[in-house]
Amino acid sequence: MKEIYITEDKLDSNACTQAVTYPGAGGIVVFVGTVRDATQGKAVLHLEFETYEKMAIKEMAKIAETAKDRWGLHKMVIHHRTGLVPISEEAVVIACSSAHRKEAFQACEYAIDTLKETVPIWKKEIFEDGEVWVSAHP
Amino acid sequence: MNIDIIAFGIAKDILKSKSVALELGEASTVADAKQQLIARYPAFKTLASLQLAVNAEYVADDHVLTQNDEVVLIPPVSGG
Repeated sequence: MKEIYITEDKLDSNACTQAVTYPGAGGIVVFVGTVRDATQGKAVLHLEFETYEKMAIKEMAKIAETAKDRWGLHKMVIHHRTGLVPISEEAVVIACSSAHRKEAFQACEYAIDTLKETVPIWKKEIFEDGEVWVSAHP
Repeated sequence: MNIDIIAFGIAKDILKSKSVALELGEASTVADAKQQLIARYPAFKTLASLQLAVNAEYVADDHVLTQNDEVVLIPPVSGG
């Protein structure tokens, strides 16, 4: 499995978990970001993601390398979906493993927080009566 | 020099196009390009942030552009 991957197809968080499993691991942490059916009380029909893929892959790889170095992880997998993603489906999966749980928790939180700040991926919420690029305006 | 700037997300909506051509003087910087973009498309001023990536890397405003750079407009990102 590719450790850093962007696809229009469904993500597979179980396969990502398997990919970071190894005998020396004492903890595996997996974050799965799913599509919520509402934002600020307003019904969301689905999300659409767009990406500058070449740069997004580079930025995701930087996050995984930094996380592995800083917390001494065995492995980190980051998969992001693009295109139309229906309610409840996985938009992002981050899985990592380490000898002890604390490092894996911290690394996983660092990875999703940083992804939301630096990786060139854009999310549009589609409503019954319109659509909005998330976080575009202050 | 003439540089095509590629747009994604809301930047594409503001330009009403996938890209825009800027005519810039030699040794122009990212700041010069942003200034010209905002002058032509004031809606960019309303965004929470506006960055340019050059050759798929974030660069500072004083980064000097060259003719064959791949320049991409990065409006506020919202992955995850």
